[in-house]
Amino acid sequence: MPATRPSHLALCLLCCGGALFVASFADAARLRQQRAGAGDEMRALVRQLQLTDLCLFTEARYTRHPSQADLHSPFQDHPLALEHFPSGSLLLPPAILSNHYERLDRKAEVPD
Amino acid sequence: MNVWIEKQKYLIDFTLASLARRKAKNLGLLLVYALIVFLLASVMLFTHALRQAANELLAGAPEVVLQRMVAGRHDLIPPGYLERIGRLRGVQEKQGRLWGYYYDPVVKANYTFMVADDRALAPGTLVVGAGLARTRGVAPGNLISFRAYSGKLFTFSIADILPAKSELVSADLVLLSEADFRAFFDIPPGHFTDITLRVANPLEVRNVAGKLAQQFPDSRPILREEILRTYDSIFSWREGVVLALATLALLAFAILAWEKASGLSADERREIGILKAIGWETGDVLRMKFWEGALLSLSAFLLGYLAAYVHVFHFAASLLAPVLKGWAVLYPRFELSPVIDGLQVTTLFFFTVFPYAAATLVPIWRVAITDPDAVMRG
Repeated sequence: MPATRPSHLALCLLCCGGALFVASFADAARLRQQRAGAGDEMRALVRQLQLTDLCLFTEARYTRHPSQADLHSPFQDHPLALEHFPSGSLLLPPAILSNHYERLDRKAEVPD
Repeated sequence: MNVWIEKQKYLIDFTLASLARRKAKNLGLLLVYALIVFLLASVMLFTHALRQAANELLAGAPEVVLQRMVAGRHDLIPPGYLERIGRLRGVQEKQGRLWGYYYDPVVKANYTFMVADDRALAPGTLVVGAGLARTRGVAPGNLISFRAYSGKLFTFSIADILPAKSELVSADLVLLSEADFRAFFDIPPGHFTDITLRVANPLEVRNVAGKLAQQFPDSRPILREEILRTYDSIFSWREGVVLALATLALLAFAILAWEKASGLSADERREIGILKAIGWETGDVLRMKFWEGALLSLSAFLLGYLAAYVHVFHFAASLLAPVLKGWAVLYPRFELSPVIDGLQVTTLFFFTVFPYAAATLVPIWRVAITDPDAVMRG
């Protein structure tokens, strides 16, 4: 039987792909260990400086600190203004706007 | 068993030869298919790792942040608020924070100025984030000037640069002493940006927030739980660009599968007719076509997924960076800790491999059960 049968080659390549797929999980574990130091450093900094947000989007104040932004920031120009910063299309409005689980906003009582 | 294996190998040989006859079309199909998997897997791996990082890092954030609102906007905490909080049950520690934004017209970037009490910085000195140092091209010992909103020019000396490994939380930070911060932003003593509270018992946090809201009607308590939830929903699959990407990819994939499912080319029909005429059974034709779909979709999935893994975790998701960067000048350089969600990968596998394999089998079965003569005559 010839050694270079296409089926052998194809199955061999698929097996290599499968092995690399499994190896990606092992590599992920290795990288996690390798990058654990950076994580510890960041955790310490977050605790020490009492940081509340990731520094992902620095283009506007409400995208730099989405959790601290005041509720109307994204619509500050006028109520129907479209969000004009590109990060706005990646970010949701602050969670507090959509999820109320506690009456912290003191909704007005209906008068008798 | 050996006979069965040998038969499958011959079928694969035949399938590969058949695929090779339409080399350009099939290679194109494989590339497009792999690209769709790559795109979906890149976004999936990146967002999952980022959400995990946010969850782990921000677990150390203060349990409650108290902001003061004036006319719907965040305002400074006036003197006396900290004292008025008094001794709330469950609160371990309360502290006024001083931080704010500064737009640097030199590089057109926004910085976050912050007072770092623990660092005991000497007046006139700064500690800056690695991203800022890179953008402004400064090193420890250099002088840097900022024009305050009052118009006055302040010159500081760079005492240190925050570790580059911590850019994900500190790229744009400027740490300075309280006296410098107050002088720079013209904030009188006793005023703070907001107040942070440490609450030891997680069950007490909501009570504390409720009491704060009652005691300070003009305030807005932000819980750590909400901060974490904000980042949990970041890049949610329901939102924005991610949704657009996923929809486009799925649409492209649907067209691909539809093209396969809606019918076979005249060549393929003739090939099946000839195979039937020379004695192939319907089962053999189906098995051959199963191998075609399986080889193509498995190869595309493996290629796409592996490329996405290398792209996200070894090349810092460089293709996604322009999307994330937006109009920001200052963008952190960071390496995410790889966290792969097995369920997500399995879902991706099922949504990309199985529909394609199924879509190729149905039309083949329809052709394979008809009379070879009728098939060959079209």
